Amino acid sequence: MRRGLLGRVLGEHPVGAVFVTPYVVFLAAVFAYPLGFAVYMSFHDYFFTAPGAIVERPFVGFDNYVTVLSDPAVRRAFWNVLVFLVINVPLTVVLALGLANALNAAIRWRTFFRVSYYVPYVTASVAVVGVWLFLFNSNGLVNSVLGPLAPDPSWLVNSKLAMPTVAIYVTWKQLGFFILLYLAALQNVSKDLYEAAAMDGADKWKSFWNVTVPGVRPATTLVVLLATVTGANLFTEPYLLTGGGGPDGASASPVLVMYQKGIEQGNPDIGSAIGVLLVIAVLALALIERRFVGREES
Amino acid sequence: MKLQAGLLALALAGSLVACGDSGGGAGDADAAASARGPINIWYSNNAEEVAWGKQMVAAWNAAHPDQKVTAQEIPTGKSSEEVIGAAITAGNAPCLIFNTSPASVSQFQKQGGLVPLDSFSDGTSYIEERSGDVAKQYKSSDGKYYQLPWKSNPVMIFYNKKAFAKAGIDTTKPPLATYDEFLAASRKIVASKAAKFAIYPAPSNEFFQSWFDFYPLFAAETGGKQLVADGKAQFNSDEGKKVATFWRTMYADKLASQEKYTGDAFVDGTAAMAAVGPWAIATYKGKVDWGVVPVPTSAGKPADEIHTFSDAKNVAMYSACKNRGTAWDVLKFATSKEQDGKFLAASGQMPLRKDVTAAYPDYFAKNPDYKVFADQAARTVEVPNVANSITIWQTFRDAYSKSVIFGQEDPGTALDGAAQKVDQLAKQS
Repeated sequence: MRRGLLGRVLGEHPVGAVFVTPYVVFLAAVFAYPLGFAVYMSFHDYFFTAPGAIVERPFVGFDNYVTVLSDPAVRRAFWNVLVFLVINVPLTVVLALGLANALNAAIRWRTFFRVSYYVPYVTASVAVVGVWLFLFNSNGLVNSVLGPLAPDPSWLVNSKLAMPTVAIYVTWKQLGFFILLYLAALQNVSKDLYEAAAMDGADKWKSFWNVTVPGVRPATTLVVLLATVTGANLFTEPYLLTGGGGPDGASASPVLVMYQKGIEQGNPDIGSAIGVLLVIAVLALALIERRFVGREES
Repeated sequence: MKLQAGLLALALAGSLVACGDSGGGAGDADAAASARGPINIWYSNNAEEVAWGKQMVAAWNAAHPDQKVTAQEIPTGKSSEEVIGAAITAGNAPCLIFNTSPASVSQFQKQGGLVPLDSFSDGTSYIEERSGDVAKQYKSSDGKYYQLPWKSNPVMIFYNKKAFAKAGIDTTKPPLATYDEFLAASRKIVASKAAKFAIYPAPSNEFFQSWFDFYPLFAAETGGKQLVADGKAQFNSDEGKKVATFWRTMYADKLASQEKYTGDAFVDGTAAMAAVGPWAIATYKGKVDWGVVPVPTSAGKPADEIHTFSDAKNVAMYSACKNRGTAWDVLKFATSKEQDGKFLAASGQMPLRKDVTAAYPDYFAKNPDYKVFADQAARTVEVPNVANSITIWQTFRDAYSKSVIFGQEDPGTALDGAAQKVDQLAKQS
């Protein structure tokens, strides 16, 4: 039966449109419109002005993108965040899955451990950063334990170690959330599969590798994507932990540079160009990850 | 902050501009200049300034019930400048802000957010009569005053007498006038373990951090030059390189730390010296037995020839203000000799007016510790009032951080490289 245009748009249950409208409006207001406006700004010589101020905002084509891409600080920031993701995402997946698996077993103090892993996630970064500064400065606890093996310069002021340290910090901070995702996914893995594996002579490791890992693959896809997206948005840690992306820009992230140039220095057109490039990069990365990690889902 | 949030902030601010483009205009400005009625003001959130602000507003309101002033602390944000910039864009900035950073004035001006104070018949004369020659540093590149020079915190070297005594250094006239003396004293402090570090300027990369390490010494070494003058960078001069080399030695010899410190290293005893203005005295009370000397120079200039960074905060009038006649009157009232005296008494910060010591002899007789700051206030250097000011400072800081703090490049080469970029930025004025 042929349906009208309205019918095709609203589907078989038009009342559904009423229910999704608030969220569509929300998405349009806080995501689609800002993104569209950011794209607009990135192609114009744009700066913020007071209402009533009459200024020229000429179309400049790709000039802002050329400025951004020819700026070594921006290129460095994109490289830094790639280093961050290469460390943070695999570490997050491995630790979150391993710990969730352990916490899913009938161990003593299970609730205590679950809460312990979740506490850093719900604690404000500003508060936790102070603890990490104490741990990782040259006279901190970590260097005291390492003794002569402690790096010089110390972790957060060492241009080679600053970003890995930030990546480890963020992994630790976010881990509780990803453990929760895996714990939920583990409830859906059928016990029959474990029993069948045991009957086939699989030990615990083989059972984990051949039953658990494939069983939670949808969750792994989600964890990888979420860790990538939140990691690419890195701002608070280089802003607070390494004093504005130091040392010498070694831990600067694209969002930090976007903030410096767009807000602090009053060049929102440049900031927007960085933002648009980051969106494109994250989308590309997410597609690649979905292609490899989520291949069996499809 | 998430990327989406960043884009949202950028876009919403931009869309507010787009929405507001058709409103207002210069036609209303003349009427606003003489309009009188209620106004809003913002002031800083430190306890001393809040106390002063409240009494100032109460005094004004008591005498002018038909032109009521409503005051509040600057809303919190990552920085005051960010909050003010957003308020300008949204069109809801107050009439006056008693905490306007001179470094941000060019940006606010570009945004169309400021009222030139010259537009009032007695604007220029009031500013120049109150502040004297120092006022000229606050003129914008178009020759107008978009800020009233209000108060300064001349940066000097505070030292901890207890730590100096432990290190065997004279505590009444410590040898800190030349770079060699400063380095020798610093080595004694660290070697004797009187403090872990001699001094602890923030080693982080924020654009404004150079105001408290390089810039005061540069002002002193050059006899009062700004970072940029006549559209050209000045910091890669021989004097600038001497200052950079001095600080490089401090970091290389671990007399200053490369690591971020949470807290006040001077108060905690981690550092025996601090480069800061008189606002900090209140925080040292009962915690540190301190003395103060001018910043060092390579040859040890006499104290009465030494310039330093002003660390000033000024008052600006914002273009969203409707009753500008009242705002101008309030501005003059708040910076009158009487109110400046009350501000000095409440905060210990120096009003940017001619000959502060002569204006308030009783205060300095009762508070002799502050007299040295009043003397120094006569020789202060402001940040250059040029376009791209923040970008220029960030460019400088990046080069300074890389070479001086972290030693990854020769300081002279790094400053030369930064000067080329800064020259380009300054040309865009």
